[in-house]
Amino acid sequence: MRRHRLAIGLGVCLLVGTVLCTLWVYVEDWLPVSYVPYYLPCPEILSRYPQPKLLEQRPTELLTLTPWLAPIVSEGTFNAELLQHIYQPLNLTIGLTVFAVGKYTHFVQHFLESAERFFMHGYRVCYYVFTDDPTAIPQVPLGPGRRLGIIPIQRHSRWEEISTRRMEIISQHIAKRAHQEVDYLFCVDVDMVFRNPWGPETLGDLVAAIHPGYYAVPRQQFPYERRHVSTAFVADGEGDFYYGGAVFGGRVANVYEFTRGCHMAILADKANGIMAAWQEESHLNRRFISHKPSKVLSPEYLWDDRKRQPPSLKLIRFSTLDKDTSWLRS
Amino acid sequence: MAELLRTQARKPKCYLLRPVTFLLIMLVLVFFGAGFLSPRSPVLWSRRAGAGEAGRESVGLQVVKLSRMVYPQPKVLTPSRKDVLVLTPWLAPIIWEATFNTDILNEQFRLQNATIGITVFAIKKYVVFLKLFLETAEQHFMVGHRVNYYVFTDRPADVPHVPLGEGRQMVVLEVPASARWQDVSMSRMEMISSFCEQRFLREVDFLVCADVDMKFRDHVGVEILSQLFGTLHPGYYRASREAFPYERRPQSQAHIPRDQGDFYYMGAFFGGSVSEVYRLTKACHQAIVADRANGIEAVWHDESHLNRYLLDHKPTKVLSPEYMWDEKLLGWPAIMRKLRYVAVPKNHREIRNR
Repeated sequence: MRRHRLAIGLGVCLLVGTVLCTLWVYVEDWLPVSYVPYYLPCPEILSRYPQPKLLEQRPTELLTLTPWLAPIVSEGTFNAELLQHIYQPLNLTIGLTVFAVGKYTHFVQHFLESAERFFMHGYRVCYYVFTDDPTAIPQVPLGPGRRLGIIPIQRHSRWEEISTRRMEIISQHIAKRAHQEVDYLFCVDVDMVFRNPWGPETLGDLVAAIHPGYYAVPRQQFPYERRHVSTAFVADGEGDFYYGGAVFGGRVANVYEFTRGCHMAILADKANGIMAAWQEESHLNRRFISHKPSKVLSPEYLWDDRKRQPPSLKLIRFSTLDKDTSWLRS
Repeated sequence: MAELLRTQARKPKCYLLRPVTFLLIMLVLVFFGAGFLSPRSPVLWSRRAGAGEAGRESVGLQVVKLSRMVYPQPKVLTPSRKDVLVLTPWLAPIIWEATFNTDILNEQFRLQNATIGITVFAIKKYVVFLKLFLETAEQHFMVGHRVNYYVFTDRPADVPHVPLGEGRQMVVLEVPASARWQDVSMSRMEMISSFCEQRFLREVDFLVCADVDMKFRDHVGVEILSQLFGTLHPGYYRASREAFPYERRPQSQAHIPRDQGDFYYMGAFFGGSVSEVYRLTKACHQAIVADRANGIEAVWHDESHLNRYLLDHKPTKVLSPEYMWDEKLLGWPAIMRKLRYVAVPKNHREIRNR
């Protein structure tokens, strides 16, 4: 008799649980979705920009569209004022993650000052600085609507280890905090500076940047991971562009999936006792082949100042600082 | 004695029942809650659940995993087309031949099982165009993907039976016919918007609104699909904005001043995600009604209102005139590498208002 009542009780609980779960699955679809209107430019701007010229003869220009119809952003492809009028009313918050571990904390001041001048001017911005020494992070005055979060992380002995841990740390940070605070997230290297405006032309579902060292090179010469045993392996006939690990981003949910995927691949390699040729950059490149970015940034957005600026790149916006890597990594 | 033993044996079970039931309820609720709160839960991402983050809306906008493919490497220093603009100033692609790789795009959309709806209006004598339209669509339009043809007609008996491929179906929707051809054209906006609500939102991911007096001559595929797309009018792709036949009278809702405008879009081929098409057709219909109340009719009817809308709400893709051509009127210039969707010759006086 008692056993019967127990069984009935158990059955009722399971039934209630299942009903609640199924109800939730359906109710989710009905929940009012606050729709963000796609485009709302102010009427005043409409006459202040020139008509786009459909028939163009431009011999020395960059490719502006990937084969999967993702725009390749460079100076001259977009009207900054028009984009500003389109994106400003959407009240977006953009996050920017940097890692400043060990001696790399020296770069933070210059990085943040340049970001204050050029990165997403006029938008709400959250800087996330991951560091092993929060006291070494300087106080940089920030504009209105812009704030700084310092997140302590563990320091590792090898710099390669620090580098590969970034994917894991970013994905965990998004799950824990960033998904509630920002709409879009960019993950960049700290030993760089912004030299010119970096604005809403860079926003997209999943954004990658072309590495400045390999944009003119055939794919067989890309420094992909070429060992079959690695999860970052890329075969000879594969690959679109060689993307730089120093800049990537997109909608925060997509960046979460991306960094998580890379982290899983890195873990699998670790279990097999292998580290990819260019650490997480190799894994990033592998992932961008099978999960194509919806927007690609030209090397203007990731430049190496040691290289001579070619005429096809009109405006360098984000580039390296000359540095002594051996001292930094010691 | 045995009775006493039995009663005593029952007591421990009696004590256990309530806490066990309580524990089970807590367990179920905990599992339910864990499912709800996991980082993968789509609810968490709805901090601002904008277009593309819930249900059908997200098709076509997701990042999907592609299989290994072999194709030539894109070259950063070599534009795919040097003779034409392939990107608008607001970073929307302009679709020309050689700008895209069909295999990559097909896989991206197939992996999400995208369903494409295409609306076509065959009112009064225009039913004669249906057969050729449907037959050529079967050969060239979204081949390999799921397609729903929505045929709006006042003569459902005259709709021809055209054999359709797998995953493709036709829905005939009976609608009243207006007397004037201008009203027939403009009422399309109202009908599309009301059917968006009634059916399209649930049945398809993307909607394409096309004219029926046309035929497909070459590939028209998923490269056109995005949130909102318009097609460049073949008669005005070379013209400057002052020469565009926008509605110029300030009294009309479709009014565009001479110093404004990006392109002149054709009313015969536009589309996007269902919610964006719904917004567009609803806005155009309301503008048409407002104009009617003010005793004015826009110079090119629904096309004028479409142009006003696309000026304020920039499309996310623009189709080149390859997707809307008339060979008899315009020939075949070298700049058009393919003629994909072309006009079928017709006698205007014969066919309109009958």
